[in-house]
Amino acid sequence: MDIFEIFLTASFWTAAIRIASPLIFATLGELICERAGILNLGIEGIMVAGAFAGWMAVYSGLGLWPGVAVAFAVGMGFGLIHSILTVPFGLSQHVVGLGVTLLATSSTYYAYRLALPEVTSPPSITPFQPLEIPLLSKIPVIGPALFAQTPLTYLAFAMVVIVALVLYRTPLGLAVRAAGENPQAVAAQGLSVTAIRMGAVMVGSGLMAVGGAFLTMSAFNSFFFEMVSGRGWICIALVVFGAWKPGKALLGAILFAAFDALQIRVQQTPLGAGIPYQIFLMMPYILSILALVVMSRRAEVPGALMVPFNKGER
Amino acid sequence: MPDQTEAQVVLRLDNITKTFGALTANDAVSLTLHKGEVIALLGENGAGKTTLMNILFGQYTADSGGVEVMGAPLPPGNPRAALDAGVGMVHQHFTLAENMTVLENVTLGTRPLFAPGLNRAAARARILRLAQDFKLSVDPDARIAALSVGERQRVEILKALYRDARILILDEPTAVLTPQETNDLFETLRTAVALGLSIIFISHKLHEVMAISDRVVILRHGKVVHEGAIGDTDRHDLAARMVGGEVSAPKAVPGVAGAPLLALRGVSTPDRGSAPGLKTLDFSLHAGQITGLAGVSGNGQSALADLVGGMTRPASGALVLNGADVHHWSPRTAVRAGIARIPEDRHKTGTIADFDLSENAILESYKDPPFSRHGWMNWRAARAFAQRIIDSYDVRCPGPGTRIRLLSGGNMQKLILGRVMEGAPQIILANQPVRGLDIGAVNYVHSQLLAARDRGAAVLLISEDLDEIMALSDVIHVISEGRLSPPFARGTMSPAQLGVWMAGHGFEETAHAS
Amino acid sequence: MRLEPVANPTALRTLAPPALAIAATVVIASLLAMLAGANPFSVLGLILKGAFGSKFALLETLNRATPLIFTGLAVAVAFRARLWNIGAEAQLYAGALVVAILGAGLLDWPAILLLPTMAILAMVAGAILLLIPALLKVRLGVDEVVTTLLINFIFLLFVSMLLEGPLKDPMGMGWPKSARLIDEARLPRLIEGLRLHWGFGLALISAVIVWVIGTRTTLGYEMRAVGLNRNAAEFAGIPVGRVLIKTALLSGGLAALAGFSEVAGLKGNLTLDLSPGFGYTGIIVAMLALLNPLGVVAAALFVAGIFVGADSMSRAVGVPTYLADIMLATALLLMVVAILLTRFRVVRE
Repeated sequence: MDIFEIFLTASFWTAAIRIASPLIFATLGELICERAGILNLGIEGIMVAGAFAGWMAVYSGLGLWPGVAVAFAVGMGFGLIHSILTVPFGLSQHVVGLGVTLLATSSTYYAYRLALPEVTSPPSITPFQPLEIPLLSKIPVIGPALFAQTPLTYLAFAMVVIVALVLYRTPLGLAVRAAGENPQAVAAQGLSVTAIRMGAVMVGSGLMAVGGAFLTMSAFNSFFFEMVSGRGWICIALVVFGAWKPGKALLGAILFAAFDALQIRVQQTPLGAGIPYQIFLMMPYILSILALVVMSRRAEVPGALMVPFNKGER
Repeated sequence: MPDQTEAQVVLRLDNITKTFGALTANDAVSLTLHKGEVIALLGENGAGKTTLMNILFGQYTADSGGVEVMGAPLPPGNPRAALDAGVGMVHQHFTLAENMTVLENVTLGTRPLFAPGLNRAAARARILRLAQDFKLSVDPDARIAALSVGERQRVEILKALYRDARILILDEPTAVLTPQETNDLFETLRTAVALGLSIIFISHKLHEVMAISDRVVILRHGKVVHEGAIGDTDRHDLAARMVGGEVSAPKAVPGVAGAPLLALRGVSTPDRGSAPGLKTLDFSLHAGQITGLAGVSGNGQSALADLVGGMTRPASGALVLNGADVHHWSPRTAVRAGIARIPEDRHKTGTIADFDLSENAILESYKDPPFSRHGWMNWRAARAFAQRIIDSYDVRCPGPGTRIRLLSGGNMQKLILGRVMEGAPQIILANQPVRGLDIGAVNYVHSQLLAARDRGAAVLLISEDLDEIMALSDVIHVISEGRLSPPFARGTMSPAQLGVWMAGHGFEETAHAS
Repeated sequence: MRLEPVANPTALRTLAPPALAIAATVVIASLLAMLAGANPFSVLGLILKGAFGSKFALLETLNRATPLIFTGLAVAVAFRARLWNIGAEAQLYAGALVVAILGAGLLDWPAILLLPTMAILAMVAGAILLLIPALLKVRLGVDEVVTTLLINFIFLLFVSMLLEGPLKDPMGMGWPKSARLIDEARLPRLIEGLRLHWGFGLALISAVIVWVIGTRTTLGYEMRAVGLNRNAAEFAGIPVGRVLIKTALLSGGLAALAGFSEVAGLKGNLTLDLSPGFGYTGIIVAMLALLNPLGVVAAALFVAGIFVGADSMSRAVGVPTYLADIMLATALLLMVVAILLTRFRVVRE
């Protein structure tokens, strides 16, 4: 198949949207945290924990949606740990974030070994099934790509709209953005910076976990070690690429996923077969670095990102 | 002035006491504010004004004593309570989110967080109405970053009025304004009083206090030391009560101008965000003179200070040092050239909080002998140097091994003074050298600058405080939007005349004339 | 709540929080062991015994601590200057790669020449790998946390590509591993008869050198100034960008020595499982050591002890070894709080 023809196939775009879905959830989660002024490097570990928690919940007999809720709650739990340390204690967001990633990853693996001590290959669950939207899914190419996905993908797209609406059209979103721009402004108006930032980190972490759960409950049907493999770090790059705006972040995630879907397909062409597969696997990470470099000059960083707020200090 | 026995009491602070460890910040402070009244709250830095206001706004809880607003007690430790009861505060350092609009800043926190929408149309109408009623013209949809300092202050006042504040507290509101803007502010405050609001005006500018207030309350060492009608007192009396005795500010006799030591020839620098750069500046600093730079903050003072201090280079034009054009220009070459630099913010740029005094003392000279040789540090020399500064500049501290974050602002500034003045520098850049210091330290810093001038140094004094500029400078320039006024000799301009320049008028005329 | 700085901390305030942090870590580990159905006391006892209980255990711990000292030093040096180098893992592999290429017969030199050459070139490789994100940070303001993290993934894939391609050992029966080093390229034993190589000695020497750089040299002063207050350092005339680049070179070089020491000292060839995350664990080591180079040695022994002990405990009672990772993550998070509490008191207002 010619590389150009790949772009015209429905399966390519379907795959791109599927690959984008977990990135959308996690990028939105990170975006909420950073908009409130907190860099959350716990994202990688929280995605691992979410992937395991959602899958395990379903494996233990819960329904799929309750499984998503469990993942969200687990994410919030790690978000709580992160936010206690970074908000009222004002500790280094770099160190705490890496610590949370380590804690989330290792406790997930521990829990996995406890729950399934003997298995060599993990059991599978029945994941979310594609839900074809009548008529719309029949449109050539974009129909199957956009309207024959699993409900979790639809939720991801809905979340972009919801997060954008909340951030720009509600008093809550105004307070979150102000907390990330100038926490003093928030405190002077009688609001609690601590509560707003902690809340944002917890909800954001919940979304990251749902992003992880997408992998085990929609993209695949089982939990593997290393399955998140740096997606969290890529999402941090996507937040920068999206200039801290939900719409642009969505665009970034899809662009990125399209590239990923493309490289998988190029690998199977005669041209791709001659190139070591590692080169293709490197591409997402290289692309992320390039995205950071390109955006570095014009990025509109929230004014108080990574600046702790200590009450009474001016 | 309203009749105090008849008028309704709107705010009552009753016997407020607050201690921090061994320090008593407020000692049984009582204060009563009536409807339609303006009280001036006077006191030096550290007298307890800020603590008192923080207690009123629930940031701190008083050890004893209570607060009543409109006759109802205020629950302690709740930042919202005072706002909801109708008390509004305009902070000295504005609490505005720069990247957001006026409307967003004003409405922030005024609706329940989980309410569905922002209701922008209604908010906009209300802001415009308030702006009209109180003579506070401002565009609700402008971004804060695009506003001038005066406009930002109007937004701060609007924030309080939008919440139906009946009591306005203004902390040093005129410190950053031109004389004309100060007049506008007073106009707004008089309107507010006429509409039945009450005002607490925190300041140390006595002539303003006399102009706007009905009563004055003076705090010293956490205690109320004077309370009375403004008519029963005068400026001299207030000043003496504020500091607890007579203080004599250093007397500035005019200096004798010598050769130009540093000059700018048509220098421009690029704008940085909302901060203007320099617009083809011609300017020189003469030996034996203090050159004052007056202006509203954010009009290019930082750009000029950064240039003279070596932080930036001219984008065009030339920097002339002792008669020679300068090509390589950096903080290090500036230090090497003998420029003493007192930075604007001693916490953020002047010192390293977790370094001790000796490490801070050598910050600019660590690479030179005797402090280091061939890449190796000589800590003994550094400690000796710090000890010398401690002794000759009267830095109060346990010793050179003390971390500088434990020092008071005044002592920190003395260390910086010692650091830069030790080599008897010929050019001194003093950027806001007394901001936030108490009167004793202010006088000390000023006398050091005058002494340096008298031995022939050229001093550039940058300050937002016009009184300070006028008291010390032999020559005054006004800076506005990165443009520089012609030099005005000591005593040739009144504050009001300088204020016209500070507001940005007069520059075009000189440009055409020349 | 609010944090208030403590002017003159008492001995109790300085010592109690870190002690409590360690105690809390142990309690949490015990609870997790109970969750796995084991007796917490025996689990903790087995970890201790497995780490320090015999000559064999102790040597194993020292061997495991060796790369951690290097990566811990690399992180400590960088974090001191607020250069967030999370890429020690990749820098380690860069060093290892140099040894695997040069030491397997390419350079047919005597050990006295070959070993220092390999060590220096390994350091250069690691330094270059960190130079890229450091330059991106200094020149373009690109956050180095994400770039160094992403480079870890890229570089591991690069190593994997080489191990399946040009570096693949023809005698390796198809496994992706490099050819064995020649004898001249192997680090000798520290003490004859004991299974401990000179990498450990080199690690100790490096710690002392890094400590001397930090406290006695102008570079160390500059690095600390840049880390504590970048604005003030820049204003004072310290060349911040150049200091960050020098810091990056030193940090990357130190991390690469971990790879040098593992391949030339312990393993004898390069495989993809050379490092079970030594680069990331270096962050924990450095933080537990409060970024003090001499403290890094102690912290590395502690961390290595927990890993080695947990391995042996897990073999004995079947509690998953991931318990060790949880303990370290918990210790890290609690320790940063504890350090804060030695300097600030929490006030309820």
